[in-house]
This record gives sequence, structure tokens and C-alpha cells, in this order.
Amino acid sequence: MKLAKVIGTVVATIKDPGIQGLKILMIQPLDEKYKPVGGPIAAMDTVQAGPQEIVYYTLAKESTLALPNPFAPVDAAITGIVDEVHLEDNGIVNKDAIFSKEVT
Amino acid sequence: MILCRVLGNVVATQKQPAYHGHKMLIVQPVDEEGNDKGESFLSFDSVQAGAGDVVLVEQEGNCARQILGTKEDPFHSVICGVVDKVNT
Amino acid sequence: MQLGKIVGTVVASRKDEKLEGLRLQLVKYVDTDGKPTGSFVVAADSVGAGVGEVVLVACGSSARMTQATDNKPVDAVIMAIVDVLEIDGDMKYVK
Repeated sequence: MKLAKVIGTVVATIKDPGIQGLKILMIQPLDEKYKPVGGPIAAMDTVQAGPQEIVYYTLAKESTLALPNPFAPVDAAITGIVDEVHLEDNGIVNKDAIFSKEVT
Repeated sequence: MILCRVLGNVVATQKQPAYHGHKMLIVQPVDEEGNDKGESFLSFDSVQAGAGDVVLVEQEGNCARQILGTKEDPFHSVICGVVDKVNT
Repeated sequence: MQLGKIVGTVVASRKDEKLEGLRLQLVKYVDTDGKPTGSFVVAADSVGAGVGEVVLVACGSSARMTQATDNKPVDAVIMAIVDVLEIDGDMKYVK
């Protein structure tokens, strides 16, 4: 799963019956500091996310498990709205001990 | 499985019902020397890992569902071990 | 399946109980010339391979198809040790 920001909506009248009635949003994937990573993707919304909200999404087959129809032709779904990201980025604790070349 | 370091945690109130009660951490993949490599992502914790830990992360749905204990919930990635030592 | 070379082992005492007893090896993916491709994986060992050996790694749900990993939460497994790799009549690797 990754972080993303909701940047728009997609409306499609003609679509697979498996995804009828579901909201499709355009999201921009982000890194942990909310910096954009790669290009935007379309994802199914399962949590009523709004425009500009920070969300997380899941990819692959697992995304369909969040939908009413687990056999839907979908490969990305928004599964939560982010309240806060707590970063305690002080590097690896005990890095030298874990990655030393000596065999213990 | 890949090696990652834990950067911090993510809090969400509005989420898939299946996610309630699970701790979500943000992890950064690292190489065999502990240097950052690739993009960070989110993973569920099953071993009480914390920021600064080097962890083993599975990225396959069935594994995640086995560890987190549900058969048809949208889990894809799970932290399944805290690394003590990498012998190279 | 992908070719890889074992470059180390990973020790984790705090882990999911279903992973107890599995040996975890650090495998660097290599191309057919034995050159590292840059990515690596931590794989469960089902064949008793050692550091320095060239092996085959299976990823995804196939990783649970060996006896050692049957029904365990594993997404990568070493399922063969390569003896000889021959490409276009060329012996690329001999153990």
C-alpha cells in the first residue's frame, strides 16, 4: 500500500458490469513526505474520500477484496483516509551491529 | 520478503473495516548494507516493530492474510519479522 | 523463477510463529552472465543451499508449493541449486 492524494474524479458511463455504482478517483501517489512519486493513477474509492485528501491505496488482486464484488476487474482501490503520518526518521537503530561483515 | 527500515506510523480513522485494530507502519526498502533503496510504502505490523527497526516485509496477499488472520480482507503487505543480524 | 546468488543469511528472532524453523537467505538476483541485476530478495531456503551458490528463486504464491514452505506465509523460496547453466551452447555457469 502507498500514500496518495486525491486529485480528481473519473466519470464513465460505459464500463464493466463488475464496477457499476462505484466511484472512480484520480490519485497522485506520494512518498512519506507527501512528495509526488510517478504519475497519477485511477483507483476505486471504498471510503468516501474527498478532493485533495491524503489517502492510502492498495494495488493488485487485494484491491478487489475491498469492493462489494471481489471479482471486479480492478487493480487499485483507496482503502483509508490518512489523518496523520508520524515520521521518526532517525535511521536504523543498531545499524552497525545488524549489517556488520563479521559473522557472529 | 525484502528488508526494510521502519520510518514511522500512519493514523487513519476512516478506513476499511478489516483494518481496524491493525497497526500500519511506513517502511523504506533497504539493500544488504542497510542503505535506502527504492520508494517507501505502507505495511501492516504483526511483530510490534517500531521506528528504526530493520524488518522483513512480505508483499503477497495470501501471506499477509495468513499472518493477519483473515481470509478475504484486502491485505497485501505485512511486516513478519524484526531483523537481528544480516550476515553477508 | 529467477536466477540468484546467495550473498548472506538473515537472522530474526522476533517473527511470525509460522516462520519458525525456516532458514532465510539473502539472495541477489543475477543475469545469465552471473552479474547482479541490482535487486535482491530474502527467500526461505527449502534445499539447504549455502552462501555463494547460484540458485533458483520462485516468488509469489508458488513460493508456498515446497514441502518446507507448505501453507506458510512465505513469498519467496529457494527451490533449486543450479549445477550448470548453458545458454546457446555456452557454459555460463558450472558449479
